Amino acid sequence: MSPMDGAYTRASTMDAAPRVTVAATAYEVVMGIECHVELKTQTKMFCGCLNAFGAEPNTNVCPICLGLPGALPVPNRAAIELLVKAGLAFGAEVPAFSKFDRKNYFYPDMPKDYQISQYDMPLTVGGIVHFWRDDGSRGSCRLTRIHLEEDTGKSSHAGSRDGRIAGSTYSLVDFNRAGVPLMECVSEPDIRSREDAVAYLEALKRTFVALGVSDVKMEEGSLRCDVNLSLRPYGQTEYGTKTEIKNMNSFNSVARAIESEIARQTSILESGGRVVQETRGWDEAAGATHPMRSKEQAHDYRYFPDPDLTPVEFAPSDVARLRQALGALPDAHLERLIVMDKLRVEQARQIVDGPGLFEYYAAAAGISGKPQATVNFLLGDLSRLANETDTPVFSSGVTPEALAELVGLSDAQTINSKTAKDLIARIWVEGGSPGAIVAAEGLGQLSDAGAIDAVVSEVLAGNAKTVDDYRAGKTKVMGFLVGQVMKASGGKANPTLAEARLRERLDAPR
Amino acid sequence: MADRSAAEVARAVNARETSAVETLEAAYARIAERDGAIGAYLALTQDLARARAERVDAAVREGKRLPLAGVPLAVKDNMCLEGTPTTCASKILDGWIAPYTATAVQRLIDAGAVPLGKTNLDEFAMGSSCENSALGKTANPWDRSRVPGGSSGGSVAAVAAGEATLALGSDTGGSIREPAAFCGVVGFKPTYGRVSRYGLIAFASSLDQIGPIAQTVEDAALAYDLMAGKDPLDATTVDREVEPAAAGLRDDLRGVRVGIVKEFGLDKLEPDVRACYEQAYDDLRKLGAEFVEVGLPTADYGVATYYLIAPAECSSNLARFDGMRYGLRVEGPDVGATYEATRAAGFGDEVKRRILIGTYALSSGYYDAYYVRAQKARTLIAADFAKAFEACDVIACPAAASPAFAFNAKADPVSMYLMDYYTIPMSLAGLPSLSVPCGYVTPAGSDKPLPLGLELSAPLFAERALLGIAHAYERGTGHARAKQIPTLADAVSAR
Repeated sequence: MSPMDGAYTRASTMDAAPRVTVAATAYEVVMGIECHVELKTQTKMFCGCLNAFGAEPNTNVCPICLGLPGALPVPNRAAIELLVKAGLAFGAEVPAFSKFDRKNYFYPDMPKDYQISQYDMPLTVGGIVHFWRDDGSRGSCRLTRIHLEEDTGKSSHAGSRDGRIAGSTYSLVDFNRAGVPLMECVSEPDIRSREDAVAYLEALKRTFVALGVSDVKMEEGSLRCDVNLSLRPYGQTEYGTKTEIKNMNSFNSVARAIESEIARQTSILESGGRVVQETRGWDEAAGATHPMRSKEQAHDYRYFPDPDLTPVEFAPSDVARLRQALGALPDAHLERLIVMDKLRVEQARQIVDGPGLFEYYAAAAGISGKPQATVNFLLGDLSRLANETDTPVFSSGVTPEALAELVGLSDAQTINSKTAKDLIARIWVEGGSPGAIVAAEGLGQLSDAGAIDAVVSEVLAGNAKTVDDYRAGKTKVMGFLVGQVMKASGGKANPTLAEARLRERLDAPR
Repeated sequence: MADRSAAEVARAVNARETSAVETLEAAYARIAERDGAIGAYLALTQDLARARAERVDAAVREGKRLPLAGVPLAVKDNMCLEGTPTTCASKILDGWIAPYTATAVQRLIDAGAVPLGKTNLDEFAMGSSCENSALGKTANPWDRSRVPGGSSGGSVAAVAAGEATLALGSDTGGSIREPAAFCGVVGFKPTYGRVSRYGLIAFASSLDQIGPIAQTVEDAALAYDLMAGKDPLDATTVDREVEPAAAGLRDDLRGVRVGIVKEFGLDKLEPDVRACYEQAYDDLRKLGAEFVEVGLPTADYGVATYYLIAPAECSSNLARFDGMRYGLRVEGPDVGATYEATRAAGFGDEVKRRILIGTYALSSGYYDAYYVRAQKARTLIAADFAKAFEACDVIACPAAASPAFAFNAKADPVSMYLMDYYTIPMSLAGLPSLSVPCGYVTPAGSDKPLPLGLELSAPLFAERALLGIAHAYERGTGHARAKQIPTLADAVSAR
């Protein structure tokens, strides 16, 4: 379903006009995405409390992260450096001078009733996120900035049936999350489709995970994202009125929310209405967004430099050190897999996103020189075994060298696919060299025409009824006959050759 | 014992001529005798004090020498002291027990000081008379119809009345220096960043600084040396070596260049006050100082600048007092109403006034015109001082334009704000600055002499030089501790 389908349906039902075909293409979608990412540090942003998810409520707290009177924040340099690494990974600029500001508003889960954040001098500026679309084309989105702030506590509303604030009689606050370092990554309005939005988010996630910046788990709240979305007629340069969509808890719900909001805005514009600038919440169950607050209700956050904190300074040597520490990045890996090794985007993503798969792949494919065959084994049998045994491929008995050997044996048709599959399962547990096992146990594929013919004759003789069926036009029985040849050969016959020989014999005029 | 200096008490306790417990008992006896009339303390911390005093005595018995062994210490009630009520003299924090101790307080306790109790202040340190306290009234020991000054009024009155040997105050725009002048004691505000603010309940974070209040400059230097230095818990403390000030005390002012600020001409003062300051300048000269006139052309903007920056910061700093987690809570029908009811009931008028001013100054559309401009003015004021200090080592001026005034004499907030005219510019520039007693005036129709304070201010981090110069002045003139406070006798009978 294209992002426009929903809109199209709704618009045409509403006015019952003759089916308008403009709806699907009349508006260009413009999106910018703000991501909040919890940084994976040992301790919180401004105190020594543990930064850990899932602890008993209010156990990882101290006077500082509880905002008790007189307590003061001291910045966690590790968090600052993680963020800067994230920015550098996307080619962002690291200003020599950055500062923290206070964002003032009242909320019960915010201990100081202001949040330490960064307003006009973020830690990194600019940068660009590249991503691959499923069709193999490349997209990109510029970053505006990445800044650092502290997370708030977490409220739970009690006394209502559904855990929502409406109807609740009291609320509980867990401050374990208060003060956890949070990086806010703001994009330019460069995203033009739902698919690109998800590809962009995946590119961020992939990079942050690779750098050890964050776990990026939406379900645990370590990634939260808000999508700013507007529509405009194609060709128009000014942006339309945008809405901000919040509360999505997975990439899938981001995609659904975008689709729903495009449909809603399209429907408004088509009926001659105007989109209201507002924040809208995504309701997963209802599959729709609903208004949260309008522009008029927007806060005046009264930002000002936090007088408790001194400016953050970065010397060029600090930046160079962090840049050096980046290592190879997932986007470079993807590029290699897609452009050089000619893999499909989806396969390339699976390899880059799997634990240790890329390095494993690179080693195996480097030896065999056969990327596609390597990937087929890696994402097929090896990944299945990894899932079944809950062991990463790299710690199984199948070394990259063994896989490369196996690829070579298959490619040379020395072994058939069944033998290959059996060998993988065996070596996964026992280890060893596929070539050596094949040689020692005579597992080589039967590709000798004479030998195959002998088996074929045997099978044809023993299956007269089937042979008749085939000749009577039931050619589907071929699969059965090939199977019989395989069986009779102890699984070693080359199935392609076997089928060719069978066909030749059966189709031959008698 | 109760009237000895901190240095004398520590010497005597270390020499086991007396004990910390004995000293503590004498201090509490003095408090029992006088504090009913003075009202310096909001709370006494007897159990903690006794335990500390016993530990000091045990340490001394083991042969340890502690620089403040057994020194009775009063702590302004905007500093956290673990296990004790810490109120900021506000109803919003009434009953809150601090779960940790401020770094500066801890450093003095570690040096052997014994915390007697928590002293009164203007609510959240906002005021110049101590009259803004929601929890108590403190009188000036020299004349109990007059204010002790503020906001550190309780700490200053405690030292002046002999109810503490040493006290801690905090100074944002003059809150140590002005009351020290009013009560005839030494009050010292170090360079911003010298003493940790961790555990000091913030009023205006970029200005707040803890400092000692003492009977002598030597005691102030002793306490400063112990408190100063980098604190890993306060990012604004400066990592810079502290040259011990107590070792730099001097007895003459030969070679010292004293700057007199052209814009602070004494002609604006009442004749008797003016005469007193002229005498003070003469005394400096007699001790060997050279005088130079320096200009601080932007100092006149100090009060206006301060009353944008300090309220702006306080509007944010005091947001946390919302009834959700600690302190007063007045329930309303929903969260917003609870916030409003709590803050309406919990804060006094002056606090509310400053929160309003500060919120306004930071609001979108006004920020550039107010807050940003005030910051620019602050930079200019600091630059003026830097230039002035090219020509002099220390700047001398009155700590306040008048001696202590009567209760309710400054009902107009702006007239109260102007009390800090001579102290605010130094605060904005972050300079070390102190008030040392410089003489007495007796108002017409009164028989009670009132002290005046000479304010001495030095370049950033020049605490050692500053305290050395103040010490020479104090020694040379003998104003400090020159007089027993004549009215204290009737303070006892007034109980």
